[in-house]
Amino acid sequence: MTEATNWDIDTAADVLLAAEARRQDRGPITDEWAGLDLGTAYRVQRRLVEKKIAAGESIVGVKLGLTSRAKQERMGIDSPLTAVLTDGYALEADVPLQLDQLIHPRVEPEIVFVMRKRLEGPGVTAATALNAVESVHAGLEVIDSRYIDFKFTLPDVVADNASSARFVVGGKAVSPKNLDLALEACALSVNGAVVDTATGAAVQGHPAEALAMAANDLARRGEAIEAGQVVLTGGLTDAVFIHAGEQIGAEFSNLGSVFLTAT
Amino acid sequence: MSPQLGEADRADAALRLLQAYESGVAIPPLTTTQPGLTVEDAYDIQLRQVARWTAQGRKIAGHKVGLTSAAIQRQLGVDSPDYGHLFADSFHLESQPVPVGAYLNPRIEPEIGFVLRTPLAGPGVTVASALDAIGYAVASLEIIDSRIEDWRISLPDTIADNASSGGVVLGSVPVPLDTLDLRTTGVVLRRNGRIEQTGAGAAVLGSPVNALVWLANTVGALGVRLEAGAVVLPGALTAAVDVSPGDTVTATFAHLGSVTATFAAASQE
Repeated sequence: MTEATNWDIDTAADVLLAAEARRQDRGPITDEWAGLDLGTAYRVQRRLVEKKIAAGESIVGVKLGLTSRAKQERMGIDSPLTAVLTDGYALEADVPLQLDQLIHPRVEPEIVFVMRKRLEGPGVTAATALNAVESVHAGLEVIDSRYIDFKFTLPDVVADNASSARFVVGGKAVSPKNLDLALEACALSVNGAVVDTATGAAVQGHPAEALAMAANDLARRGEAIEAGQVVLTGGLTDAVFIHAGEQIGAEFSNLGSVFLTAT
Repeated sequence: MSPQLGEADRADAALRLLQAYESGVAIPPLTTTQPGLTVEDAYDIQLRQVARWTAQGRKIAGHKVGLTSAAIQRQLGVDSPDYGHLFADSFHLESQPVPVGAYLNPRIEPEIGFVLRTPLAGPGVTVASALDAIGYAVASLEIIDSRIEDWRISLPDTIADNASSGGVVLGSVPVPLDTLDLRTTGVVLRRNGRIEQTGAGAAVLGSPVNALVWLANTVGALGVRLEAGAVVLPGALTAAVDVSPGDTVTATFAHLGSVTATFAAASQE
């Protein structure tokens, strides 16, 4: 960089969108813009999404990030972060992931909610959050940080829409009434070999706890989770890199399986 | 893989491990003090200790399979599990504090334990015959321990050290296999109420039954049969967690209920 960027919210959103479009990862914005605090980062994220909508995309839901306590302690926060999902990130079932559209994608298995009711904080609890869920699904999320080597501070990753890249949701819809999501298990496999396992308890103790915390956090920014929206509740295991020709599978106890193949 | 160490060296290694139990002082890795130690040497060293223990009147209650997860195999650079022997006097009751001072460097991990209904004699055991031989599954906690300093183990070290076996706590609900999907049976491991690990049966060689097949065929090749009533701990569903005096560790499983190990406070020992 030969010329100092004159940073503001709009510029940061443009820089991140350009990095995504050109598949060009970059250093943390906070290295160059000391003013990028968490509140500002969420405004960058909102601006970035507004620009995607202006380009023809539609909002389909919310993703929760940093939902494991270990990751939160590393980042110095005590609730999940949120990002906005658009239809531009949605993969159709059985359509291969195009690696040439991404920088350094990694995949993680998730428990996915589809909302029956609007969920607006404050005062949302895990019980009321779960009551707002229509159906639960298996999911795989592809994350792809626009920062070099996934190295970022909390405001950087929030501004980058929490590394959102792609997601696929399994076709089996299960009522949350019949599930114990803390014990809902997932086996993550690469080309058929199991590489990691976890249960829903890895997500904030229970995915509905994460959903409640996110709803309450969104309310502080004047936002809510809408009826019909998809919620990616957070990675159950560490994310694994995906390479050309690989098939990544997530097999759940009750939610069925979901697969993703890369070309 | 053939024996590299002489008879005297193998006897000496077994003696030093036996002394580590007595003294409570771990020994340096055998692979550093006796370079060239092979897997075959290591099983011979394990069996020498087992022979000593059975001569003392200790009763073999079953086997454990170790090194069954992708993560631990990557960590040790191996692509095969190992096995050790479980003794009846190392089974602790759920309601009674485990004397943590009896161990050198204990860790704990949740397992889906099997109890055999019929004997299982390899070689030639398949998933079908293994499933057929299992009487029931039971929620289990395995206390693993190492007589090798600071767990600095390579594959022959842990094999020689009875596959790092320590103790066992079994739950009390026997669950028949026909209601279980062993692969996607989940577990949450809590230490003092805090979630430490989560996992599922698939972490164990893809399914815990695969570990039983491997065990039956491996010991079968040595002329050893797994007996009816034997307990088999097929491998951990999560990474192991360190335990300290006073800790309470609970593994809560889908379908299998829970099992709790309490560790005596330092003052109680």
